[in-house]
Amino acid sequence: MSYRGDSKSFLDSAGVSTGDSVKIIKKDISYEGIILDRAEDADDKHLVLKLDNGYNIGLGIHDAEIILLKKGEKPKIELKPLNIEKDSKKIDISIISTGGTVASIIDYKTGAVHPAFTADDLLRANPELLEHANIKGKAVLNILSENMKPEYWIKSARSIADEINDGVYGVVVAHGTDTMHYTSAALSFILDTPLPVVLTGAQRSSDRPSSDAYLNLLNSVTAAKSEIAEVMVCMHGTENDSYCNLLLGTKVRKMHTSRRDTFRSINTSPIARVHKGNIQILDKEITYKKRNDGEVKLRDSLEPNVAFIKSYPGISEELIDYHIDKGYKGIVLEGTGLGHCPEDLIPSLERAYGEKIPVVMTSQCLYGAVNMHVYSTGRRLISAGVISAGDMLPETAFVKLIWALGQTDKLSEVKNIMQRNIAGEIQDKLSLKYFLV
Amino acid sequence: MLDYEKIGLKMGLEIHQQLNTDEKLFCACECNLTDKEPDFKVLRNLRPTQSELGKVDRAAFEEARRKLNFIYEAYTHETCLVEADEEPPHPMNIEALEISLIMATLLNMHIVDEFHFMRKQVIDGSNTGGFQRTGLVATEGFLETDYGNVVIENLCLEEDAARRVGHGKGKVTFRLDRLGIPLVEITTDPSMKHPEQVKEVAYQIGQILRSTRVKRGLGTIRQDLNISIREGARVEIKGVQDLDLMPKIVENEVKRQINLLKIRDELIKRNASVDDNLYDVADVLRETRSKIISKAQSVHAIKLKGFKSLIGMKIQPGRRFGTELAGYAKKMGVTGLFHTDELPAYGIVEHDVAALNEFIGVQENDAFILMASDKEKVINALQEVQRRAKMALNGVPEETRKVTPDGNTEYLRPLPTASRMYVETDIPAICILKEQLKDIKSNLPELPEEKKERIIKEYNLSEDLATQLVRTDKTANFENIKKETNADSTTLASTLAYTFKELKRDGCNIEKLNDDIMAETFNLLVKGKISKDAINQILEDICKEGNSPQKAAQSLNLMMLSNDDVENIIDELISLNKEIIRERGMGAMGPLMGKAMGKLKGKADGKLVNKLLKDKIQNMISEYN
Repeated sequence: MSYRGDSKSFLDSAGVSTGDSVKIIKKDISYEGIILDRAEDADDKHLVLKLDNGYNIGLGIHDAEIILLKKGEKPKIELKPLNIEKDSKKIDISIISTGGTVASIIDYKTGAVHPAFTADDLLRANPELLEHANIKGKAVLNILSENMKPEYWIKSARSIADEINDGVYGVVVAHGTDTMHYTSAALSFILDTPLPVVLTGAQRSSDRPSSDAYLNLLNSVTAAKSEIAEVMVCMHGTENDSYCNLLLGTKVRKMHTSRRDTFRSINTSPIARVHKGNIQILDKEITYKKRNDGEVKLRDSLEPNVAFIKSYPGISEELIDYHIDKGYKGIVLEGTGLGHCPEDLIPSLERAYGEKIPVVMTSQCLYGAVNMHVYSTGRRLISAGVISAGDMLPETAFVKLIWALGQTDKLSEVKNIMQRNIAGEIQDKLSLKYFLV
Repeated sequence: MLDYEKIGLKMGLEIHQQLNTDEKLFCACECNLTDKEPDFKVLRNLRPTQSELGKVDRAAFEEARRKLNFIYEAYTHETCLVEADEEPPHPMNIEALEISLIMATLLNMHIVDEFHFMRKQVIDGSNTGGFQRTGLVATEGFLETDYGNVVIENLCLEEDAARRVGHGKGKVTFRLDRLGIPLVEITTDPSMKHPEQVKEVAYQIGQILRSTRVKRGLGTIRQDLNISIREGARVEIKGVQDLDLMPKIVENEVKRQINLLKIRDELIKRNASVDDNLYDVADVLRETRSKIISKAQSVHAIKLKGFKSLIGMKIQPGRRFGTELAGYAKKMGVTGLFHTDELPAYGIVEHDVAALNEFIGVQENDAFILMASDKEKVINALQEVQRRAKMALNGVPEETRKVTPDGNTEYLRPLPTASRMYVETDIPAICILKEQLKDIKSNLPELPEEKKERIIKEYNLSEDLATQLVRTDKTANFENIKKETNADSTTLASTLAYTFKELKRDGCNIEKLNDDIMAETFNLLVKGKISKDAINQILEDICKEGNSPQKAAQSLNLMMLSNDDVENIIDELISLNKEIIRERGMGAMGPLMGKAMGKLKGKADGKLVNKLLKDKIQNMISEYN
């Protein structure tokens, strides 16, 4: 029960709880309806009543009298039970759910959208997916993606590996969109997969008829059946409900707070377009790993103690010193332009180097590569031991440093890993085409 | 003539009125429609969801079976991400809530303590989100009418839907300009018993709404009508634009319900039933001469036991029971159906009918429905016909229908249920403060009728002029200008009520005639610088040339002359016409007055001219004598 304070005692004294039919009597009007839960952050002076015509209204309790008409059950969203029979003619695909808008529904506790679906519920809400594959649902987490942590990346990766070892043909991961690109990068480094691992989500929650969840899930199932054995993000390619893009997990970023086509490839093109059950490779020159019979490899040792710091005019070296003092094992800087930060920071960065803490330079421009050879500040940063992230996205570099520090604690080896391409995150060549697409 | 009382006719009204706010209900776009070519076209599909009570709405479910593509026309500046469902709604426009509270107070309603927005699932594409946001502002008010009090059940604040601008095969096109304009929905209880009463109530509510900040013009107010008769069912009729058509719509709908009840009685007598099978009859009709059938991918039929001759029965002028069945089928994308009572026809010959009857096993009183189109469509459509035919055994189904231009109605969708409502979680509830309501109560706008009575009394206006001022919404302008200039009330009122209309008809841009310009013009009149007759010409010049009133009067040569100038002109006239005066004496007054006014019209007061002329002629006559 989410009622508290005065409204709770008002209901309690009449023996009324959520879901009961009541009559509320005021000076010259009375209302009949069902008592619904109230948002937790709302005041304790009103009740929420659902009238017969379907409308909810709030009624003040100070001048009201309440009569219990009939005890009722708390309304629940129930989806029809699915009787899933395995079809031997169809391919087996696993959907792993972690929470987020693609798997969420209205929550009466807060009155907001909350991840509350299990992977099975997700399937019940989208039964058409079963026409395209035998779908096995599995809930690993039930969190909003802003609450994601490196330890959950490990948990998810292990689940995916289990599914692959179980013999599924492809894996779909339902994920909140806020940090989907962090997770896709993490899975790219942790997993060496012989088959497609497709992350998807929704920008409009699945409790609305216009949700993008259905098309994204449907196309993700198609992608999971494909020959592309990479960790990828599959989301709307445009604001239309027509096709989705398949975006490499290490070179993808959420670029808009609310649009359906928020996920964009940065410093590369999308691998493919998914449309009505077909995969169309967009640029034949772009290489990707093909589906193979190899085993899945799991390299899931991580060092989460990494700081991610954005450079800005007037930034103080204290910020760097603080993280060194606190025992952080690595720092990713989101520098300006070609990969710079104010000169004032250099003594602190030198100190980090002296204490064997790797400092990786990325660019807040997002597009283009870091190049610290062009200006004197850059050259001084190189001398201070700062490692260039090349054309890696800042978020990808952050995730990669967490992973690299899990693999080795030798500074030179960390530097080597950071500058070597592992999962498509670094490229030597940038095409004129790769900008604002 | 139908005896409405005897058949238990009950009617209710639902009125939708757009509000005239600066911004839309949930975004900063202006509340204007546009005819510009769209800058973007967005393609979307919609799927039904469950309400918080765990039910799927039947109207939403049916709509989803159609699997339509929706195209939304959007603009760079006229619409934004919110209408395109690419951004959550902004906080609610408080101005819109205030206007709703004023309306609710004027209609003697009980206002809720806390206002909650709901999502009303509508997946016909008219809302990009798949739901219309709507909230209940007030309940249980009343309106006094000549037929007694009518209960005003609910007043809701909603967002207007997108404009349907076109449709094609499997797709419907909407324009996003209208989506999100604040809309108030007012429903009466279904207690009205005569069409004339409905018309009167619709008119009176319209008048009340007009005293607040609402939009004016075509499409800004829309009426829906709820009708039922005893043993019939509630039918909601959408889009009653013309109040005068209302009695005819009522009559036709009542006839339809009466005839559907007759059909029900006959079906029961015959022990009729609907066979659930779908018969694939493509082979049976392989040799048919009907092009529609031979060309189709799939040809199926169903059997309706005991329905013979009833499908062809007329239930409304020009519409048969078969038209009702076809209405349901068409929703599934087919163009129509063939039924026993109209065959043989359309290239389907006696022989075909006999073969069908035999194949399906049609007995004496049975009927069949035949359909030809794509397989999925045929199957969906025939299942819909079976569903509708089963409803016929129970009489009149609850439906939403739409008005046709001839005053009939056609099937639109099932009546939505309360299951279509679930809570809008993106917008926090708003507490309506008692102080705010008190403030509204003490500052209520004057209702049109009160306003008319007041200005008749206060300014000594005729009933006609006062009515015109109120109807054209010029009362405030009238009172402003009157206060500013103290001009003659009747002259001012008739200028605002009638001259404006004439100027507009002649293609003048009367927007230029704001209160300041009008006050300046009437000041010239009050100060005797122009004559009353000159006003129309001056206003026309202001509209067309953009001159100030003074400059317009000067350039048209309509400034009043000084008394000396007038006297000089008259002296000149007299000296030129001495002969006439000598011959006719005072009898020359008429023709000379005509000549004088020809020269002086609009530049001198007629009374003055008359007096001067008379004096001078008299002087001359006495000189001669």
